[in-house]
Amino acid sequence: MEKLVTWIDNRFPLIKVWNEHLAEYYAPKNFNFWYYMGSLAMLVLVIQIVTGIFLTMHYKPDTATAFASVEYIMRDVPWGWLIRYMHSVGGSAFFILVYLHMFRGLLYGSFREPRELVWLIGCVIFVALMAESFMGYLLPWGNMSYWGAQVIISLFSAIPWVGEGLSEWIRGDFVVSDATLNRFFAFHVILVPLLLALLVFLHIVALHAVGSNNPDGIEIKKLKDENGIPKDGIPFHPYYTVKDLVGIGVFLILYFAVIFFVPEFFGWFLEKDNFIPANPLQTPPDIVPLWYFTPYYSVLRAVTDSFIIVLAVMVAVAVLVALWAARGLLSKAAAIVIGGAFILGLYILEAKFWGVMMMGLSIVVFFLLPWLDKSPVKSIRYRGWMYKFALFLFVIAFIILGYLGTKNPSHIDLAFFQNVTWAQIGLVVYFAFFILMPVYTKIDKTKPEPDRVTTK
Amino acid sequence: MADHRIDKGRRRFLTQVTTGVGLVGGVVAATPFVLSMTPSERARAAGAPVEIDISKLEPGQMITEEWRGKPVWIVSRTPEMLEGLQSVEPKLADPGSEQSDQPEYAQNMHRSVKPEILVLVGICTHLGCAPVEKFAVGPKSELGADWTGGFFCPCHGSKFDLAGRVYANVPAPTNLVVPPYKFLSDTLILVGEDGGTA
Repeated sequence: MEKLVTWIDNRFPLIKVWNEHLAEYYAPKNFNFWYYMGSLAMLVLVIQIVTGIFLTMHYKPDTATAFASVEYIMRDVPWGWLIRYMHSVGGSAFFILVYLHMFRGLLYGSFREPRELVWLIGCVIFVALMAESFMGYLLPWGNMSYWGAQVIISLFSAIPWVGEGLSEWIRGDFVVSDATLNRFFAFHVILVPLLLALLVFLHIVALHAVGSNNPDGIEIKKLKDENGIPKDGIPFHPYYTVKDLVGIGVFLILYFAVIFFVPEFFGWFLEKDNFIPANPLQTPPDIVPLWYFTPYYSVLRAVTDSFIIVLAVMVAVAVLVALWAARGLLSKAAAIVIGGAFILGLYILEAKFWGVMMMGLSIVVFFLLPWLDKSPVKSIRYRGWMYKFALFLFVIAFIILGYLGTKNPSHIDLAFFQNVTWAQIGLVVYFAFFILMPVYTKIDKTKPEPDRVTTK
Repeated sequence: MADHRIDKGRRRFLTQVTTGVGLVGGVVAATPFVLSMTPSERARAAGAPVEIDISKLEPGQMITEEWRGKPVWIVSRTPEMLEGLQSVEPKLADPGSEQSDQPEYAQNMHRSVKPEILVLVGICTHLGCAPVEKFAVGPKSELGADWTGGFFCPCHGSKFDLAGRVYANVPAPTNLVVPPYKFLSDTLILVGEDGGTA
């Protein structure tokens, strides 16, 4: 055995990689519950790839047979139902974990210097994951698959001048059709999974280069013992590999409980309208995306003609904040020019386009976080009330937007106002969290950070 | 031969030229792949015009046919339905169809060649849902007592009149699209082609 390892090690950096990333990767000793999500998300990625491979053995990417082939998997393929439910529940589980993983970043400032690239790569993973699940959702060729794709692809046609040609290019046809299904299959099973695997690899390489953050948001590399090992660090293996195994055990219990007892999760993981084959002549009564897209769908629908003025005010506030925070004259001028162009555009282009734009921006703003946060501390434990309050409002807004995305905009499901009005309020709060962040993180009263990590 | 001095300027120039040629080559190589994703000849052929027989279409009725995979509506409007088009105009966003998509011969109040026969693409101009017919007038329609008949999109609540003209303050920005069409005879419509004008 030892000989074999030596033989390999002379030809491949086996021991080096093992040590750098596991046995001698020193992670802070105070990881808590929130630090399970990353490894669990990787587990789900593996589950999705493995179940996906087996689904492709029976699935047919053809509008004439796709719907029936999924039903065939569910009814006739031995254990097909289990593999398919593992895949469909896995999709939702992936987003639950990734949202919690991102929230952890907001709690403990994991996006801050020196981890900006870890965060940026993570944001790209999030976007790739959205593309992956959107295209996967077309494959069963149910009626919600069809109309969901129809609505989302026609978003691109709202882009001035090139939009119509672009959406035709994406569909490969004038409407969502066999060509669309076939190419979405190709993207879903090979292109995006390859990208995701590569991005996850880069995410971890970048993380291990700078080291993990922790709930106290302090750098453990600042205090090292005589051997150069961080005093507050413990080797990832065996300490965190074993801890993560416990997390995996708990996760799998919950995951399979859903698969066995409520695989559709009351219409949230698999929508009722998707048990009807796609019908290009009949829209479902309400076109609703799956739950993980509903916050952004709400943002899209919140932008109406009368809301443009509010957007213009928001842009103006953003410019003021930029002027206040920016140092160079050039960046101040850039803020005014970009903001001015934005406001001008609001009144030239139609509201439909700005709905699409705001939806895109609601994801783009996450990329900017490392530079919006001006607080001297990273972790919420040492921040003042302003950040805590802002984060609380943001989470509430996100949940309300998500809920409203499943409802008819003109109904009243909350209180007093129509759903669209609440969505507009949610949109303002959502963006205010980012736009005002340079201000409230700077003036917020923070507590002093400890030198060593704390454990309760 | 004996001169081993390195000409850095020349080296940089060659590197840049090679990179540039490589980039052009990359773009050229990508072109067939990008173009392979545009609608194929078969998809374009499926976009060929369709003939629709309206001999069995009674006044006040609507039929739905498929053209380019999209629903196309043919509505035979009664004189009462046509009268409503005038009175509803103050509530519309684009009564003159100036911002909307239709052939020249359909840019009029009834948005059609023959006033009574309406031909529309049944796809909402907001996000591509299929609106439903709401021909009932008044409270029966569940769209208010002053509803004069038209179409309603269940997805995001856009409303259209009986000429496919969009109401003001709804998500849809423009009137429903009128496809190019012509009458081959009194009872036969060709959708998708109008022979230039019509």
